Amino acid sequence: MSEAHDYFTGAQAPVMVPDAGLGSARCDLTVKGMRKSFGKGQLILKGVSFSVHQEETVALIGSNGAGKSTALRCALRLIEPDEGTVDLFGTTISDARQNVLRRSRTDVGFVFQKHNLVPRVSALTNVIHGNLGRSGGPAGWSQLFASRSLRQQALACLERVGLSDHAMKRADQLSGGQSQRVAIARALMQQPRMIVADEPVASLDPVAGQEVMDLFHRLTKEEGITLLFTSHNVQQALDYSDRILAIKRGEIVLDAPSNSLKAEDLNEHYG
Amino acid sequence: MPDRFERPGILQFIAYVLLAAFVIWSFQGAGWSFSALVSGGPAMADFLSRTWPPSMDRLPQLSSALVETFQMALVGTIIGIIVSLPLAILAAKGLTKQSFVSRIFYSGSRLLIALFRTVPDLVWALVFVITVGLGPFAGTLAIAVDTIGFCGRFFAESMEDVEKGPSEALTAAGASKVDTIFCAVIPAAMPSFVTTSLFALEKATRSSVVLGLVGAGGIGIELKVAMDFFDYQLAMTIILMIFVLVLLVERIGSIARNRILEGNTQ
Ligand SMILES: Nc1ncnc2c1ncn2[C@@H]1O[C@H](COP(=O)(O)OP(=O)(O)OP(=O)(O)O)[C@@H](O)[C@H]1O
Ligand SMILES: [Mg+2]
Repeated sequence: MSEAHDYFTGAQAPVMVPDAGLGSARCDLTVKGMRKSFGKGQLILKGVSFSVHQEETVALIGSNGAGKSTALRCALRLIEPDEGTVDLFGTTISDARQNVLRRSRTDVGFVFQKHNLVPRVSALTNVIHGNLGRSGGPAGWSQLFASRSLRQQALACLERVGLSDHAMKRADQLSGGQSQRVAIARALMQQPRMIVADEPVASLDPVAGQEVMDLFHRLTKEEGITLLFTSHNVQQALDYSDRILAIKRGEIVLDAPSNSLKAEDLNEHYG
Repeated sequence: MPDRFERPGILQFIAYVLLAAFVIWSFQGAGWSFSALVSGGPAMADFLSRTWPPSMDRLPQLSSALVETFQMALVGTIIGIIVSLPLAILAAKGLTKQSFVSRIFYSGSRLLIALFRTVPDLVWALVFVITVGLGPFAGTLAIAVDTIGFCGRFFAESMEDVEKGPSEALTAAGASKVDTIFCAVIPAAMPSFVTTSLFALEKATRSSVVLGLVGAGGIGIELKVAMDFFDYQLAMTIILMIFVLVLLVERIGSIARNRILEGNTQ
């Protein structure tokens, strides 16, 4: 019986097997002691600490309202955490100035549950937006004004997600699966070192979800991109990750290599 | 079984009575009179009979005055829209940074938009007639100011209502505030911008007719002169021309709206 299983069947102490097999690898993202509450409400994150190593795929699981999305947003300061430090690629961004923060964000492709594409403009324009962190201004606003090389680059990103023939289609006229792939292309446009994906397949049907997860797997492994994703599908989390983090009521309660865990161990965690 | 009505408290009851009394008093204040309405009927019929047939004598001059009226409306609206966009960005909640300076810009632009909106266009026209003189330029300015008040408010509101997801995605990708506004907020608010702008043009066309009455250019002055000289046949011609113009602007506006909203991809 694995240590993790022990935990879920009675042991009180959280199971922590950090750095499993990756002790020497560099950390891309390190979060320490992050706390967050909204308004005067209760603490949503109660001192969350975890790290993600270079080229590693980590799944963050936890029930609805556990604080997964909040943790990811706080890690990139899309919302400001109350306390805690965040190191991104060796830069401390928790107290960094806006321009330093922006430069660090450029290296992280964020994919949301709802694709968050800009409606009414083309898929190509949406992908070109991925370059805004590197160079802003009107040339990066729309495919209408973009340079030839920028358009080619964006088209190549669409090609990699298998949607190059939909480049001029309006974003709000794409299917859910296509939209999510365009969002991934936008993230790829950033030439990211790391992708953070918050329930990237939760709104997709099983087949489309599988395709998107396979796409993530292929892209990240081929190009050595680090991946941190959240999921409600325990089996999927196990299948696609090297390591699992579980968060419960704002605390990390499990940090263990995926191959040491079984789906039943994690299922008990929901409920 | 609950009561059909909740019994009002004593203060609430007094408030209702006062409100009802005020409404009744207002009918008196407004000079509402059924007898005048009844006796006004034949007078109206008499007026209408004297307007027929509409006179065609001054059709060329009137046509050019009508075109000028629409030109005032068009130019005033365009200038108003161009000025109101940056004002609306400053005045929209949660769009700009939370610094002290941006707070000042926020309050300042809100105040300006409110001032432009609450003072009626006819008053602006009177002011501009005094400052830049009689003629269409005064009217155009009045329409521009009125449009800023109208579009500034609704542009800002539609930008506040835009879904936050795309903006957050671009922020996460390292985009600056300005880039985020131009890439995520404005495209999403565009349908509402188009609708608001076309309404502004319709509104401006109607008011450009009235502005002429105070000498701010356009066909309004012709109407006033015709009425003052009891030339009701000429007045009828002018009223019909205005009717056609406003109807045309509304029709073309709604066609344009549908066309633009179906839109091409960018
Ligand atoms: N902007 C906000 N204002 C107030 N409360 C919030 C805000 N965002 C999140 N919360 C609260 O924080 C808690 C955690 O939310 P969060 O979205 O992080 O959960 P989650 O683990 O991502 O859940 P899910 O699986 O449903 O996505 C919830 O109770 C939620 O109500
Ligand atoms: Mg969530």
